[in-house]
Order: sequence, then C-alpha cells, then structure tokens
Amino acid sequence: MAILTLTIDGEQVSGKDDESILEIARQHGIHIPTLCYIDGLAAVGSCRLCLVEIEGSPKLAPACTTKPQEGMVVRTATERLQRHRRMIVELLASEGNHQCAVCVVNNHCELQNLAYDVGLTYVRFPYLFPKKTLDASHKDFIIDRNRCVLCTRCLRVCYEVEGAHVWDVAGRGINCEIISGLNQPWGDSDTCTSCGKCVLVCPTGALIEKGEAVAEMEKKTDFLRFIVTARKKKEWINMDSDEE
Amino acid sequence: MKPRVATAWLGGCSGCHMSFLDLDERLIELGEKIDLVYSPIADMKVFPANVDVTLVEGAVANVENEELAHIIRKNSRCVVSFGDCAVSGNVTAMRNQWDPEVVLHRAYIELSDVNPRIPREYPTIAELMKQAKPLHEIITVDAFIHGCPPTSDQIWTALTELLAGRIPASTHVFLRFG
Repeated sequence: MAILTLTIDGEQVSGKDDESILEIARQHGIHIPTLCYIDGLAAVGSCRLCLVEIEGSPKLAPACTTKPQEGMVVRTATERLQRHRRMIVELLASEGNHQCAVCVVNNHCELQNLAYDVGLTYVRFPYLFPKKTLDASHKDFIIDRNRCVLCTRCLRVCYEVEGAHVWDVAGRGINCEIISGLNQPWGDSDTCTSCGKCVLVCPTGALIEKGEAVAEMEKKTDFLRFIVTARKKKEWINMDSDEE
Repeated sequence: MKPRVATAWLGGCSGCHMSFLDLDERLIELGEKIDLVYSPIADMKVFPANVDVTLVEGAVANVENEELAHIIRKNSRCVVSFGDCAVSGNVTAMRNQWDPEVVLHRAYIELSDVNPRIPREYPTIAELMKQAKPLHEIITVDAFIHGCPPTSDQIWTALTELLAGRIPASTHVFLRFG
C-alpha cells in the first residue's frame, strides 16, 4: 500500500493506492454524485453519475471504480460532466415510472435528490411509460419495478453481505429487470431470508416495506457500514456516533 | 395596462388550483396587479387572445386538452407548466401502461358498484388520448412550477418573477417533485 498525491478540482489531495478516486474525493469533502455506489458494497460503476475527467485521457472515468495514480489531475464538476449527469437522470426518469407524489419514499429518495442536484427542471426526452410489474408476494416486502433504476444494490447486498443471492438481473436493454430466484414470485423464493437488507439499500421506492403509505418510508443504510466493518476488521463500531 | 394572466385546467385533480387559492389574502394583492382573463375559477368560456402569462395545470390527457394546449400556446406570450402533472405527467400518466379501453373498463365496469357502463353517449366527454403527456411534449413551455401540488409560496414567488418579466430560476429550494 502506497500513499499517492493527486489533484482533484485544483486541490492537492493524498490517498491510498487501493482506494478509488471517489473515496479519496469524499475524504476531502469533494462531492461527486452517485447512485449505484454505496459504501460497503463492491463498486460496479454502472450508473455513470460519478464520471470524472482525468487529464491526458480522452475518456471519462467512473470515480467509484478508478484507482488513483501519482500526479493524476482529476476534474469532477466541469460543464461537460454536469451536462452528462443531467442527461443520465433524465434518461432514468424517462425509462421508469417515477411518480414521486404517490411514492412511499417521496422526500427520502436518492433519485429525487439527484434530480435536484443536477437541476432537473423537466425531462427533454419523451417519457416511455414502460410496462413494469409489481410483486407483493413476499410477506413483508414489495418490489415495484416501476421505480427501479437497476443500480443492483439489492443484488449485491444480498449476495455479498447476506450470502443468499436471491436477486439477479434478467433481460437486455430496455427490458432489463431485477428478478427474484429463477424469475419466480419473491414470496416463493427458497433462498430469501427476509432480512430486508435489499429494501434498506434500495435508493428509490422500488423495494419497500408493506404497510407504508406515501412519503412514510425513510431508508437507513448505516447498518451496512456496521456489518462490513465487523466482518473485515472484527470491530463493532458505535453507530450512535460518527467515530469508527 | 395590467398584465393579462390566465390559468387552465387540463388532466389534473385541480389540486394545483386549490393551492393557487391558498394564496389567501395575497389573492387580493394579485387581483389588483393583474387581469385574470381565463381560469376555471372565473367564468370565461373561450380562451382569449393576447395573454401575457398562462399557468397550465394537468397533463394533456384527452383531445380537448390537446386542442386547448395549442390555443394557449398561440395566444400566450409565456406558458408555464403548473405542477407535476403538467411537468412530468405524474399521476395522470399512470394509466399510460395500458390501452385507454382497458383503463375505461377498469374504472367504469370492474370498479363500479351500480350501473356499470362506460359513458360514451355524451358528446361533451372528450375522447382519451392513447397516453397522457406532459405539456412540453405537446407545446413549447417557457417555465416550470414543480410540486404535487406546488405550495402557495412557490406559486407566489413564481408569479412575482413572471409578472416582473423574469423566468423563475429553478433553484434547489424551488425545484421539487411530489
């Protein structure tokens, strides 16, 4: 492990060579928007919201999966990046059915907050109003694919942390969707332990608890840091404070 | 001459207009500043010419909405999508995953307690469009007021800006869905 020095948005920062640009930026109080990324799960770089510019490279790189190099010059908030980020949120909005007004996580939604972050006054692309399914066969939870942004956090937390691997991705392109088991009703899954981790890490109202009404559900993701730290370091951190 | 202001009610629940009425005593101040030339809360049958600002509530859901939207655009200098249904389709567009016939059947036959029938014999009931659309997919829109419904404070701020000839900036405070 080596300590490297790099420049992010004109600021000289240092970070470990096994950390991502996103982690280093966050340690230095530099905000890069994310959606599929969540602290504690493997980074997959799929949502593309954390794309940054790296000097000398013609390609944009996802900050969550890109490792630093000595002397690297990174820009996180150029006009081009902000334009791309707004477009990503517009595409997510137009490819789902996100009616905030009647959503269980209204006002506690990461997609909604991203829309505010990127200044989404309206969506330039035609809304597709895709036909999506809702599965309420589980005794405690509901998956509403209308609200799903395919971040795969549910899949990763179930596989990496709970070890059950109930969720998977099926279909291609616009028909891509999250399925349970062998594409069977969630309630029929033999592997689901009903732990609810997938519900808590879901950034939108796609995975919700039964019995919650509009704007009632607020998701807490702190548990993930607690479990992952306990597993990796055998340390049981105090969740009441911010200290590790 | 006072600015000529209109409000229109397309495919929405009238909640945005209820919120407009929640301006309460500010309505008196507004009434002194503007001429309300067309609105569901005023008795005008035909959308007039030469309107300065028009607030449009609701998605474009039926052929009558669509016709009115085009007249509004033609006759207004500034058209404002007023509330989430106009901005994004919102609840009005939740039917869009199904054919209108399926939706009508669900509403008037399956969910009916008495006299199950689809009311087709009244020529005043406009035909549904295949999908309800946000206003800007039908006509050019100049400004957006978000929320379901927008709060009266948002409406007041937006109107104040619009009447001063400015397009209200969508700041974080101003921008909200739901």
